[in-house]
Amino acid sequence: MNALDQTVNPVEPFLRTDRMPHIWCPGCGIGTTVNSFARALIESKVDLDTLALVSGIGCTGRVAGYVKLDSFHTTHGRAIPFATGLKMANPKLSVVVYSGDGDLAAIGGNHLIHAARRNIDLKVICVNNLIYAMTGGQSAPTTPGHATTSTNPYGTFEPAFNLPHLLDAAGAVYVARWTTFHVRQLARAMSEAFAKRGFSFIEVISPCPTLYQRRNKMGDGLDTMKYYKDKSKVKHGAPTSEVGLTLNGEIVVGKFVDRDRPDYQSMMRAQYVESLGERYIEAPETECVCD
Amino acid sequence: MIVLLHGLGDQVAKGRVSIVVERCKACGFCVEFCPTHVLALSSAFNSKGYHPPHVVHPEKCSGCDLCGMYCPDFAIYATKIAEPKAQKTAGGDE
Repeated sequence: MNALDQTVNPVEPFLRTDRMPHIWCPGCGIGTTVNSFARALIESKVDLDTLALVSGIGCTGRVAGYVKLDSFHTTHGRAIPFATGLKMANPKLSVVVYSGDGDLAAIGGNHLIHAARRNIDLKVICVNNLIYAMTGGQSAPTTPGHATTSTNPYGTFEPAFNLPHLLDAAGAVYVARWTTFHVRQLARAMSEAFAKRGFSFIEVISPCPTLYQRRNKMGDGLDTMKYYKDKSKVKHGAPTSEVGLTLNGEIVVGKFVDRDRPDYQSMMRAQYVESLGERYIEAPETECVCD
Repeated sequence: MIVLLHGLGDQVAKGRVSIVVERCKACGFCVEFCPTHVLALSSAFNSKGYHPPHVVHPEKCSGCDLCGMYCPDFAIYATKIAEPKAQKTAGGDE
């Protein structure tokens, strides 16, 4: 680059630059979400020594390999169980789960709802590209009706998951949805999730130009971003039952749920104090055993 | 590849765009969503065969870094220029 140029890209300190360029396709939105994530880390001044990022398998699962943070790339669908164990063993850690819809809502769907029910203090970022992208464009539980996929060449007919509604019902304390077009709002939502104690869920609608958009004749990544710009409607606090996605329809975005509820560890402590009384001696908080 | 400000006309650049040409995959997000339309895709190729963006209106750059927020390949970013008047004469090289 230029010797005169002393500035660096704000996202650069958070990346393993030796692994760039990444494998994501031209027009894919996952890199854009990483930009917002880096801005949220800068803005919320999170101590990077107490931050862990966990992701599962899939295109979005590659994030764990590309960020220069303490990160773990787990088996398929098991990002949340791994993150739960990490949080239980070392409660001081701020644990972020960064994964795709196929990993979190399909293979790991059970873990997702139960982590929300227990209100484990995790920040879940779900990049939803509406399809199984890495494996060749099969129908996912999030694929909206009538979309053409490699396993449904005549159109999907299964009803799709409305993820904000699912997580709201399961008990998450923070539920928001943005698209990759809303980069600044997304960074703010991530900062808000960092400040929140409990299960936070941020769904990011992202283009998959290679498989989803191409098969459905929706153009490339840029056309999808223009679609997000035109068809997104910000409705903060909208009832989550009304924010389901359709093939070409409106995308309701915004912060849907922001409530307070005791998290798993405080509920556990309260229960033990109640039933054991003085016999319950809390173990001193373990020092970070990372080294 | 860095493009410095030129200070054309009465408009003085408040920001500067830096592009890492070899990382670009020519998705066009930065060109489309730049609020002041500073960028355009160039006709030149990078080594992977993509057309990276280049700066066509450096004087319009506000340094908002929206291009850097959108770029999925971490290939572009903008910075604000601290003292535009002091740097006005230094532009045009490289």
